[in-house]
Amino acid sequence: MKIPYILKKHKVIISLLFLYLVIVLTYRTGWLSSYLLQIIMFVGINIVMTVSLGMINGFTGQFSIGHGGFMAVGAYASVFLTTIIFQMAGSSVPGQSLLGYAIFFPAVLIGGLCAALTGFLIGLPTLRVKGDYLAIVTMAFSEVIRTIIRVSEPLGGPRGVSGIPSMTNMAIVMVFTVLSVWLMRNFLASTYGRASRATRDSEIAAEIMGVNTTQQKTLVFTTAAFFAGCCGGLYAHILQFIHPDNFTFMKSLEYLIYLYIGGSSSISGAMTGAVVFTAIPELFRSFQIWRMVIYALLLIVIMLFRPNGIIGDREFSFIKKNNT
Amino acid sequence: MEYLIQQLINGIQLGTMYALLALGYTMVYGIIRLINFAHADIFMIGVYTALFTATRYRVPFPLVIVISMVVCAVLGVVIERLAYKPLRYKPRLSALITALGVSLFLENFCALPFMFGPEYRSFPELIPPKQYVILKQYNITVTNVFLINLLVVSVLLVGLFYLVHHTMIGKKMRAVSLDKTTASLLGVNVDRTISFTFLIGTALAGASGVLYGMTYTSVQSPYLGIWPGWKAFIAAVIGGIGNIPGAVVGAYLMGISEVYATSISSDLGFGIAFAILIIVLIVKPTGLLGKKRQEKV
Repeated sequence: MKIPYILKKHKVIISLLFLYLVIVLTYRTGWLSSYLLQIIMFVGINIVMTVSLGMINGFTGQFSIGHGGFMAVGAYASVFLTTIIFQMAGSSVPGQSLLGYAIFFPAVLIGGLCAALTGFLIGLPTLRVKGDYLAIVTMAFSEVIRTIIRVSEPLGGPRGVSGIPSMTNMAIVMVFTVLSVWLMRNFLASTYGRASRATRDSEIAAEIMGVNTTQQKTLVFTTAAFFAGCCGGLYAHILQFIHPDNFTFMKSLEYLIYLYIGGSSSISGAMTGAVVFTAIPELFRSFQIWRMVIYALLLIVIMLFRPNGIIGDREFSFIKKNNT
Repeated sequence: MEYLIQQLINGIQLGTMYALLALGYTMVYGIIRLINFAHADIFMIGVYTALFTATRYRVPFPLVIVISMVVCAVLGVVIERLAYKPLRYKPRLSALITALGVSLFLENFCALPFMFGPEYRSFPELIPPKQYVILKQYNITVTNVFLINLLVVSVLLVGLFYLVHHTMIGKKMRAVSLDKTTASLLGVNVDRTISFTFLIGTALAGASGVLYGMTYTSVQSPYLGIWPGWKAFIAAVIGGIGNIPGAVVGAYLMGISEVYATSISSDLGFGIAFAILIIVLIVKPTGLLGKKRQEKV
């Protein structure tokens, strides 16, 4: 059978629409529990988090292990706009209404921008620190962000914020994931992406070829922080409750695991890692106490047998630039 | 004034525990450039080993330290052989993720009911507690646990210093950490030297575990190693990772400032480690005593 050209040309979009339809239909008919739907939404968010971390770690060769901190900034900034202001004014939070969404979308964006600003401010002094020391400074900054949240009373302090309206749904997550991955793919395929890879391979050679490596690193750091911030905003509006302990160092380590399990210098790798290792703990849910043991063992075994990650540095065909 | 001095003593006590842990991190990092996440969990095993040997078999105190050190050292070498050695010439980050995996494995495996279980236990009194008054005019007291901590640390530090600077194996360790290829060309067995470094580092973690148990007299759960581990690691970085005196300096700095900050607010005590770390690294990007590496083209 001959596949019509229009289907071939837009096969990625069509398969995504199909995927969305399958998820929604199975959910409506009750096959998919709302718990699993939530996991699927987390998969989307984890994909964006991991790919954006990959921009820093895999493509620019900087070693950031504090990505959860940016997520926290985004989450708290957006929740501040959608929930805390309303609670302080004593009125109720607008839920899934037109007004609600009119506040929610800008709030998530502003969350992203706040995270980007944080990333920029952190990036300026820290990027003179190199290698493992950079890693440790990013980790320290993410913990400092968390400590600041813990001690600031208007942000709920150590109690967290509850009563966040459930605004994120499957469609929003899906559009957000696809859009973000597409944007990051294009970023990495552009001149900037090339400059990033040059910076990673040899900073001195890149400088000689006219790449401003400091500016390049700051740019990538800021961009990745923006996406992480948006993820945080969406994440908070799925969970409906955020707490400083949601964004501990373990959160950042999770993304690091996803990234290096999948393959660090590949968008496909990052995506695979995020999907597989978000799903695995759920698959082994029936093993209960053994679940985390199996998870840890799998991590070790995969790394021992595929040190470059499951995918390595190859890309899926739909991620490659000139696909039709 | 009295309060400040008493807190200083508490800080030194905490710093002592961090110092032994930080040495393990710094030695392993110095020799194979790996942040050994599992180190904190080896420390945890050390705490539990001491707990079981002391409660079940009523072993005297000096033997408890030795047993704990031996168990940790064996475990450290086994982990190095199984999980890190195959990845030695692979991308450096794979080994880091493996280390994370080992850490998660040890924590969760030990939390299983047939292992140590997730429950709280109290650490037995290894030696009858005593208090000595020093500085009569301020009424400052120190416990004998504190003095034993200091004694153990001094003995181990002097031993370590002697080992690294005045023995053949120490010379080999320093050679491998400078340049593996050249060291192996000159007849150093690189694999064995690395294993030996793990052995020493994890043995120190075992000793640290015993001191932790004696000082805090409580064993929360198999996840107890996480925070002491991180703080010790940060201490190693502050001192300049890979640098042995640096780790000790960093650990005491960290312990003392943490105790003072905690007495102001518990959240502050938690954040102070990171604040010091950021300031030190921005001012001196390779840590307090770390050497600047020359960038070569």
